[in-house]
Amino acid sequence: MSGPEAGGRLDTDALLDDPRTRIVVCCGAGGVGKTTTAAALGLRAAERGRRTVVITVDPARRLAQSMGLESLDNTPHPVPLSEGARGSLHAMMLDMKRTFDEVVEEYADPGRAEQILANPFYQALSTSFSGTQEYMAMEKLGQLHRSGDWDLIVVDTPPSRSALDFLDAPKRLGRFLDGKLIRFLSAQGNGAFRLLGAGFGLVASVIGKVVGAQLLNDVRAFVASFDAVFGGFRKRAEQTYRLLQESGTAFVVVATPERDALREASYFMERLSGDAMPLAGLVVNRTHPLPEGPAARLGAQEALAAAASLEAAGTHPAAAAALRLHAERVALRGREIALRDRLLAEHRGVPTVEVAALAEDVHDLADLRAVGDALADTPDHP
Amino acid sequence: MRLHIVTGKGGTGKTTVAAALALALAAGGGRVLLVEVEGRQGVASLLGLPPLSAEERPVASAPGGGRVLALAADAEAALLEYLEMFYGIRRAGQALTRLGAVDFATSIAPGLRDVLLTGKATEAVGRREGGRRRGEGPFHYDAVVMDAPPTGRIGRFLNVTSEVAGLARVGPVRGHADKVTEALRSERTLVHFVSLLEEMPAQETRDGVAEIAALGLNPGAVVVNMARPPLLPEADLSSAAEGRLDREELAAGLEAAGLEDPAGLAASLAGEVDAHARRVLMERRIRSELEELGRPLLDLPLVADGVDLAALEGLARHLADQGVRR
Repeated sequence: MSGPEAGGRLDTDALLDDPRTRIVVCCGAGGVGKTTTAAALGLRAAERGRRTVVITVDPARRLAQSMGLESLDNTPHPVPLSEGARGSLHAMMLDMKRTFDEVVEEYADPGRAEQILANPFYQALSTSFSGTQEYMAMEKLGQLHRSGDWDLIVVDTPPSRSALDFLDAPKRLGRFLDGKLIRFLSAQGNGAFRLLGAGFGLVASVIGKVVGAQLLNDVRAFVASFDAVFGGFRKRAEQTYRLLQESGTAFVVVATPERDALREASYFMERLSGDAMPLAGLVVNRTHPLPEGPAARLGAQEALAAAASLEAAGTHPAAAAALRLHAERVALRGREIALRDRLLAEHRGVPTVEVAALAEDVHDLADLRAVGDALADTPDHP
Repeated sequence: MRLHIVTGKGGTGKTTVAAALALALAAGGGRVLLVEVEGRQGVASLLGLPPLSAEERPVASAPGGGRVLALAADAEAALLEYLEMFYGIRRAGQALTRLGAVDFATSIAPGLRDVLLTGKATEAVGRREGGRRRGEGPFHYDAVVMDAPPTGRIGRFLNVTSEVAGLARVGPVRGHADKVTEALRSERTLVHFVSLLEEMPAQETRDGVAEIAALGLNPGAVVVNMARPPLLPEADLSSAAEGRLDREELAAGLEAAGLEDPAGLAASLAGEVDAHARRVLMERRIRSELEELGRPLLDLPLVADGVDLAALEGLARHLADQGVRR
């Protein structure tokens, strides 16, 4: 058995050290360790000299704590690093409503902005439109990028139904706000109706029945005031989308060596390539490499036979257990490699790095640093 | 208990547990509906079937003549169905679709989308034989199992009334939401949590149970998924966890088993043994924290070679052995 085919190893340090790398986006299925990976990459980049900010979306409390932060809000907070760190690390958690409000305030005059922010329909849109979180993550990324305050921005993508939602969200929100329905709902009773032809009265009455007249009024008021803002809004979404395609952006796909997570990773890599987004590599997280030394050459069958002979003799229970444990590990490792290699066979040339499973969860910067070490320098285990 | 909502942190195996639960509940001649709401087609890929549609269709049989049917709830289909059911206006509904009402109903107001999806499950729970919505006669399904969104979103997903209330203070949608909420809060509905014996999933489970209870919903069981038995003798666990396992004794055992280079092998294996011991102790601590929730704990073993129908049937038997039945 050998290391990853083709592609070779992801050179994490070269990626993080390269001054041309300005954005790293971590993506993958839920529960694979995206947020931890993003934080570990950010810490490593900071300690290697870059002014780094990590944007997370709803991190586990423990992860915020591991960076020495009790809470995270919509602005970057400095993470205290050990002495000798050459760069700096900030971390922030996305507040989608605050971010949306800021966009409105930036593009609308004060009176109009106030109207929009007070509109119940806007409030629903800014807190719960199913693409808002993804869209605002991208908006925040654009803001931080334009500020010029950061050498490197590391983004943890939202735990969406699909890991791809954040690529589509800006378009979807744009399509919605610019769409036929919203024009229809906000029409003052002329042009739009003619376009719809027969049956519009019925449709209007159905919408009124289902959602209620009050909501329709809110939508109309919202569209009337939002129209002025919308052009800038959409332009910005397009800019951010293009920013993701630039060569200074690096997508890092994270997966655990399990069927579903790898399938999602595969789908994601296809999509990135379809959208001309730069893929830096694949992190296979929480793997179970074999130990160093002679145990690496002890096969599962041989270990099980040896354990059985000890058990038959009724002696050395700890050694028998160690041998059974090793046999399990060998079998698990075999499955992991098979799954990984199947993925890499479909995606030749994708640089890969493995991060071995930790015995316990990440609790502090030292643990995050250990993850970063693994991301940067995984020995090619058998 | 008729509606079983299965949630858990991403990666804990919610879909697997939901499918195994459906099979366990169908054992002995039951008819169970498995509802997927996230559009991921996890059930179909688990069972090796083509993608599910919004129409119920048989996906598996259980011992004793039991049947599991499944559907992928779809907000657009549910909206059209809802319009037809309450207003008899399917055509207008289709016009709505052409206008982009899909975006409207499913994106602009996720509260509305959620109420349509959960409403699909509560409708199936209340359905009587012959398709009647109310009245006499046996229920069409013995149980409905929902493969629900992950713990991070479950509170918002199930708290449909307040989500919709922000948008629609009155009107039929509000009325529908109120009815769905009543069904979700009734004692016929339980929210089960899938956890692993790891810190973050267990933390999310504890937070989720508290959130669900605060919403007036009923937390059900905590399913400890992918449980692995400890291999090390009890006496050696704590010393190994502290890195004090007797390496000479380990080497002696390896030598007695006839293996080459016992000392080198012992040194090489010791790390695995220590890490295993630390993990076992951590898992015990996490299990006792989960026990403190006061919910029944159900164990499901790790399925090593990927989950398929045969593996699901095995998991269903594990659930049955622990008392899960209709």
